Amino acid sequence: MNNNYIGIDIGSTAAKTLVFDGEKVVAFFVLPTGWSSKETAERIKVQLAASGIDVDSADTKTIATGYGRISVDYADSVLTEITCHGKGGASLMDGDCVIIDVGGQDTKIITVEKGIVARFLMNDKCSAGTGKFIEIMANRMGVDIEELFTLAQAGTPIPISSMCTVFAESEVISQIGAGKEKEDIAAGIVESVVSRVALLASRHDTPDKYILTGGLSINPFFAARLAKKLGQDVFTHEMGIYAGALGAALLAADKFNKLPQA
Amino acid sequence: MLNLPENFQSYSEARQQGFMRMKELKEKGKKVVGVFCTYTPSELVLAAGAVPVGLCGVSDEPIPYAEKSLPKNLCPLIKSSYGSAASDTCPYFYFSDMILAESTCDGKKKMYEMMHELKYTHVMQLPPGRSGEMALASWHNEMLRLKEVLEEQLGTVITDEDIKEAIRLKNRERKAMLDFFEIGKLKPSPLSGYEISTIIDTNSFLFDTEEKIALLNERTAQLKEDYARNFAGRPSRPRILITGCPSGGVREKIIRQIEESGADIVGFENCCGPRAQIDMVDDSLDPYWALAEKYLRVNCSVMSPNPGRIEALEEMLSDYQVDGVIEIVLQACHTFAIESDRVKKFLTTEKNIPYLYLETDYSQTDTGQISTRISAFLEILQGY
Repeated sequence: MNNNYIGIDIGSTAAKTLVFDGEKVVAFFVLPTGWSSKETAERIKVQLAASGIDVDSADTKTIATGYGRISVDYADSVLTEITCHGKGGASLMDGDCVIIDVGGQDTKIITVEKGIVARFLMNDKCSAGTGKFIEIMANRMGVDIEELFTLAQAGTPIPISSMCTVFAESEVISQIGAGKEKEDIAAGIVESVVSRVALLASRHDTPDKYILTGGLSINPFFAARLAKKLGQDVFTHEMGIYAGALGAALLAADKFNKLPQA
Repeated sequence: MLNLPENFQSYSEARQQGFMRMKELKEKGKKVVGVFCTYTPSELVLAAGAVPVGLCGVSDEPIPYAEKSLPKNLCPLIKSSYGSAASDTCPYFYFSDMILAESTCDGKKKMYEMMHELKYTHVMQLPPGRSGEMALASWHNEMLRLKEVLEEQLGTVITDEDIKEAIRLKNRERKAMLDFFEIGKLKPSPLSGYEISTIIDTNSFLFDTEEKIALLNERTAQLKEDYARNFAGRPSRPRILITGCPSGGVREKIIRQIEESGADIVGFENCCGPRAQIDMVDDSLDPYWALAEKYLRVNCSVMSPNPGRIEALEEMLSDYQVDGVIEIVLQACHTFAIESDRVKKFLTTEKNIPYLYLETDYSQTDTGQISTRISAFLEILQGY
């Protein structure tokens, strides 16, 4: 029988979907979350149907995760993004590791031991040290996130002292006003997030290896800066943004495979 | 979803019902002393013929009012307590003839100075630690001073016999509370942590210690029966121990959330648990010494050092067959926030018990984040 295990990870910014057939990944795509997780969940359903996957069929099992997980009304089960990122991250790393997930709204440090999540730490209710911070600052500078990283690579960081995104934004505005180099401002912005994430990670665990997942893992520059700050290797993976969706799909396979036929 | 008794009264219902009872007491000429903390030797209040009533703030409503004069970045419990007094929205504060407080943490003792402007507030000088002979001696002295203050403020005379009688009564109440807490040791537990937290916080609105004892004993007997009939031999949900700051102000956001997410809170290693009840006041000693000794043993993080808290945790872990510990720290509570590092290391390194740290306030702004952390923690305990 051709089983499909679907992992749907609706984050605050992007909704990631991945399909696993029990042996290999057969499909994956990302959609913007937009303003309604419910609509996003519907769009995912439509897109899956277009590739011949019916979420309502009996041999298709779906686990939803992420901040919009409860909006996926066709999901067979929901799990938190912590458990799913742990599972997915460890799978990308082929074993136990510490996962740093910098998401749109929060940052998580997750330790996987013996294949399961042993402990985790999340940032407090504040957007400094998350993808949101980079997004806001990039907007302020009139560039997109990709361009911000490109600029940052060529600059020398101007320190941002504020811990709060709102105040940091005014700092950036005054730096722009003072005619500082765009590259240096961009480097300062990236460095500020790197410091916050590294501080959170160092409060948590001191592992052999880290893997960076989430939206910021696409850019090698961020991982490189983070590795420097932590004094440790920080790996990335081309499927890094799908870590949560992959974990959800793998957990769906685990969970629903244990049923009668086994 | 929670296993609550049929006649269960929510905190706000019980608090409201107490208003009328208190009004009647006042009309009969009874004196009332507003109190805040487990360090309060309520035996002396009872010996003075007065009733103690808990004024500890658990609501976020009066906080904006408090923030007119208190810093925003302060513990919500302190802001809430002061706010409900200052905004004149707490009938219990209104009915209190005086306020009895202790110099526990920095935030509280400075707030009490401001509260004193509203109503006579006596602050007992609690020693910052237990070491050295002077700690106990000065705390003993504070007991003697409190006797004089109560006599003067309430126009009464306190005899040794009055205190001894109050000590015996309070010891019986402690015993009843401990018996009630012990139900949480049963596996699976028939007693919801939400109920424990509510009963302990609302007991203070009953005013009649004998009535409190009777109600606790009755509920304990009921729960034992409920266990034998409906729980014994059944599978248990993950068993959680709560530690850290007072949790009355986050009863809905955290306590209820944990149990509705699929775990049982079996005990509290905080001031709504056995922390202040675990040992009795020695009624064979001079009563002032006995009270001083007992109340200096309370394991709050304001004490430095505070090894007794780790010992209490260790004991509760095994007695209550705990699967995971959740520490609740209220925003800007330095002593518990700092001590959490020690607690975390003890639990995760020495005891290999999963530990979750939740820092929060009384607002609803972090409900989503808190609930994700709780669910993720329970997924760990369930072995995902």
